[in-house]
Amino acid sequence: MNLAGPMPTPYIPAMATTIFTKKPPGVTDPTEPALNSPPTELQTAFVKKPKLTGSKKKKRDIPEGLWTKCPKCETMLFDKELDANLKVCDKCAHHFSIGARERIHSLVETCSFEEMDAQMISVDVLGFTGAASYKDKLASNWKKTNLKDAVITGIGKIGPHRAGLGVMDFSFLGGSMGSVVGEKLVRLIERSTEKNLPIIIISTSGGARMYEGMFSLMQMAKTCAALAYHARARLPYISVLTNPDYAGVMASYASVGDLILAEPGAFIGFAGPRVIKDTTQADLPPGFQTAEFLLDHGLIDAIVPRKEMKARLIGYLDFLTVRQNNSAAATA
Amino acid sequence: MKHQLDFEKPIIELQGKLDDLRKHPETHSMGVNFEEEIKLIEAKIEETRRQIFSNLTPWQRVQLARHPKRPYTLDYLRTAFTDFEELHGDRLFAEDRAIVGGFAKLGDQRVVVLGTQKGRDTKENILRNFGSAHPEGYRKALRLMRLADKFGLPIITLIDTAGAYPGIGAEERHIAEAIAVNLREMTLLDVPIIATVIGEGGSGGALGIGVADRVLIMENAYYSVISPEGCAAILWKERSAASKAAQALKITAKDLLHLKLVDEIVTEPLGGAHNDLTAAAATLKQHLLKHLGELQALPAAERLKQRYAKFRAHGHFLERAPTPGEQAETARKSARKSAAKSAAAIPATAA
Repeated sequence: MNLAGPMPTPYIPAMATTIFTKKPPGVTDPTEPALNSPPTELQTAFVKKPKLTGSKKKKRDIPEGLWTKCPKCETMLFDKELDANLKVCDKCAHHFSIGARERIHSLVETCSFEEMDAQMISVDVLGFTGAASYKDKLASNWKKTNLKDAVITGIGKIGPHRAGLGVMDFSFLGGSMGSVVGEKLVRLIERSTEKNLPIIIISTSGGARMYEGMFSLMQMAKTCAALAYHARARLPYISVLTNPDYAGVMASYASVGDLILAEPGAFIGFAGPRVIKDTTQADLPPGFQTAEFLLDHGLIDAIVPRKEMKARLIGYLDFLTVRQNNSAAATA
Repeated sequence: MKHQLDFEKPIIELQGKLDDLRKHPETHSMGVNFEEEIKLIEAKIEETRRQIFSNLTPWQRVQLARHPKRPYTLDYLRTAFTDFEELHGDRLFAEDRAIVGGFAKLGDQRVVVLGTQKGRDTKENILRNFGSAHPEGYRKALRLMRLADKFGLPIITLIDTAGAYPGIGAEERHIAEAIAVNLREMTLLDVPIIATVIGEGGSGGALGIGVADRVLIMENAYYSVISPEGCAAILWKERSAASKAAQALKITAKDLLHLKLVDEIVTEPLGGAHNDLTAAAATLKQHLLKHLGELQALPAAERLKQRYAKFRAHGHFLERAPTPGEQAETARKSARKSAAKSAAAIPATAA
């Protein structure tokens, strides 16, 4: 799962997002007033020691003016510009992965996002011990990502539309779906249904969270059930697929949007390419499981570049939520 | 004797001895009465079987669930049901023989039955794709379930699959969507739905026909988010750790009932369902009829409410900061200092 970054340092875990982000873990970006600030008190209480070492390592390892090499066109990109460009290469439009908070920031109106269930965390219900225990995995991911779990949910304003927004973050345990991801999304969906709001879920995930066994599988049924009632209320649900998006998440809420959009170049599918290759012993077709491949096979509505996402979402919501009252005219 | 599992060996050996005694009385005919010995061996078989099968490990249960002689969906359709009339095709692309479905009668009830179906030999396995369905299987299932809904027929699903098929065609025709749509649509079908895991409950491929008012599981079946081998490959980096993974994932009927992830266990005859299909089918039928009766007594709206509540309740999480005790385990060193802080933080977060 570790996509080795172009400039790996000995201390920063080799997730692309962590390297490109200038914000050191544990420090709240003051330029994000729209978000509920992360619960700093708890966070510091919980990862006090790591935070200290984190700030030290920043001084020691990150050189002045960090540059990032685009893996696609090999252009050296100045980090600050890359961030300003929503982590999209301005030469070849390669979409780097982006954190959930940054993405929410790029979509909602300032100060409009009310986060829900920000404190909800996973528990090791099965007492799972493998090569590493689930407890240790959680602890290290809390520390590493400054996130509580793999999804952030809340209600915010996108242009003129109030909407339920769920955004996943791949850096937390590979965006895997456990009880917390399922529960937070279901609460978001239920609240949106109750308040007659559209829903946008931006997903990226490696699939269900093995450490929670069957509980993670059941989140698939649970989220789809909540969406069934949201759909019955004739409310729009837009699913946005981002790189990578696989397995349990794809086989549940991500695939039942009224509209399904994808970011350019995103890898999307049910089974991973290696599993398919091992099972079928066949060569995979070129571009297999990319957003473009899905579009050509009629599986998604559109490919939307990250920088156009907000405008396009507003456009779709405009189109779907302005009531034309056809039925009233017909029955009158 | 071909299809034996390691832990079945002692029973098979005894059985062999017994058969020898019965077949060739002349070789032992020294005027001695072997009746007594036969009885002794029979008792010993029974005792050994009881001993082995009351102490099965999760991995042994997985092996039993995959036993090549284990009854499959069509076997139960011949025994627990009557008048099965198979219906084919998804009306879109193809007939997927990894999922069978159609009309049947359960007692005197008309029902629609669906189930994943493995093959008994290589030829049939190719036809049925080893019980791993393509998108067409899930779409056929949905078509038949909608048919059932339209005509007020209860739906019974039997689950026995290692998982949905990971292939190029399956991806091109969007297997993820086929499963996801079933999960959503099954939530709102008015008719009663009962799902039973009869063998392997392999992840999304199983859940794709598994959203139901009652979820039952047979005693030696398993239901898991990932195959034990798959989990072992990822977490232990070796597939041979599958038995450890089977243990850790909590996938046996007993574990799942304990975790409230299934509603009831359908007991199997001693030695597993393959040992006595008639008895296994009779028990299954009895359980299905009981639940069907209970579900039919409810108004549809109430059934849907309960169905939603049932899946809604699955999941465990904390809505507060970790307690000092939990912290001590995860962040040992800073535990003492932060205990006071996190305790103070709890009321703040609850607000």
